[in-house]
Amino acid sequence: MLALANHQVLRDSPGSCSYSVYLGRKLLLFFLTMHGLGAFALITMGVIWRKFNVAAKVVHPHIRQEIARSGTALLPMFLFLALALGFLIVGQTVSTLARVGAGDYLGTMMVIVVVRELGPLLTAMLVLARVGSANVIELGTARALGEVEALEALGIDPVHYLIMPRVIGMALGVFSLSIYLIIGALTSGYLFAFFQGAPMTPGDYFHQIADALGWLDFALLALKTLAFGFLIAVVTCYNGLAQPLRLEDVSRVAVRAVTQGIILCVTLDAFFIILYAIT
Amino acid sequence: MQNVTVSAMRDDSFVVLKNVDWKVAPGEFWVLGGPQYSGKTDLLMLAAGLVSPVEGSCRWMGMENVSTGDARLADRLRMGLVFQGGQLFNRMSIAENVALPIRYRDDLEPDRVAPEVAGLLDAMELSFCAGSSPMQVAANWRSRVALARALILKPEILLLDNPLSGLGGRHRAWWQDFLDQLWKGHPWLDNRPLTLVVTADDFGPWQSSSRRFALLHDGRFQNLGSWMDVARSSHPALPELLPETP
Repeated sequence: MLALANHQVLRDSPGSCSYSVYLGRKLLLFFLTMHGLGAFALITMGVIWRKFNVAAKVVHPHIRQEIARSGTALLPMFLFLALALGFLIVGQTVSTLARVGAGDYLGTMMVIVVVRELGPLLTAMLVLARVGSANVIELGTARALGEVEALEALGIDPVHYLIMPRVIGMALGVFSLSIYLIIGALTSGYLFAFFQGAPMTPGDYFHQIADALGWLDFALLALKTLAFGFLIAVVTCYNGLAQPLRLEDVSRVAVRAVTQGIILCVTLDAFFIILYAIT
Repeated sequence: MQNVTVSAMRDDSFVVLKNVDWKVAPGEFWVLGGPQYSGKTDLLMLAAGLVSPVEGSCRWMGMENVSTGDARLADRLRMGLVFQGGQLFNRMSIAENVALPIRYRDDLEPDRVAPEVAGLLDAMELSFCAGSSPMQVAANWRSRVALARALILKPEILLLDNPLSGLGGRHRAWWQDFLDQLWKGHPWLDNRPLTLVVTADDFGPWQSSSRRFALLHDGRFQNLGSWMDVARSSHPALPELLPETP
């Protein structure tokens, strides 16, 4: 609570001409936000661990709904995106590499660009925009209208009832959609290159990609996408729920949550690049 | 409560009441009056165990600190709380709103609680809107739904935040009659008398010799006693709470 109170004081304090004061305030806000997010993430993990099966007949249907919302419902959009990504990037890369005689590097290129980077990051950004922003608005409105206090008064843990399903749903949603996006982009990319006359059979193409994939790619892809989903859910739920809000604050908080989500996903992505490099 | 300091629920650095000494005995009917922003809702939230006191000692049914942790949840649920305006969950129907607390507490499928919910809605003349969303129902009825949602857990103490606020004449009469039935023992609660605490902007509708009154004014909690004591009191804030008093 102290951290949140300090947050508000820092945000509401009048601006200053001094650059160092401005920078100091921004830094302090950043650390307070990280502190709040970290604490919220730990509380959420603790609740998932301890209460996953508590009130299962009430909460588990919510988890299924959230998986559908962050996963199945977005599938048509992701298939379209996979086609577009395949035609725009993968297909051109495949045909260009084949034309300049660098076809041997195709598998490695596809694994680095599509499997490791573009697939997970693009999925995370789209889930953040489509579901994460809606999360902040829903939870922020519920908070502003006093529904969270009402849950507490009825003996219902808001983190268990509202946050846990969203976190699980988003983590699994980002994981599944990343896989579909990668498979769709690689397939449609090859089709585009094939219609452009790239001298490569489907067998060669997929064989090269399979050769370039190691067990670590599968493990880190799963870890990365689950972490992206968890991070997006924590950031959006924290902004919507963890601090007292008025209705007029909700849109501002939604913008802030999306910005924080993008920054944190990119930072996490950089961390995974280092992890790939050292393993 | 002994020497309790109460902070605002939305800003715990802002103290709204100091030195509150208050004891509620089983079977009592308390009316807490005060002007707007006098801390009535904050005191009620503290009494419901939703927030902790800034200072002082607070005991609920002989126990310290029911506001934190799941271990004391069962004890906290012996108290029901009805918010001003209802605070219903807008994404659920009225029947789902009423069923949620008992489904969550006992981990039940909707079908298992449906007869109980239907019976309570019927007793409170709410059956007509059971399948509606809260936004489709007039505010008069929404606060009644909030009362049903609190009663489904069969509490021993019921705290109500300004229950008559914004109600039309017919609804006010229904509420006063129904709360009186609850206090004396309603069939829904197996005729067990309920301890009641209500907040009010106006003592007028609550006048009764069997009720106890307290005044929240200028950051202080003052136990006024019975209605006779209220009528005799010369507290300067009372005329505002008794508009019809000359």
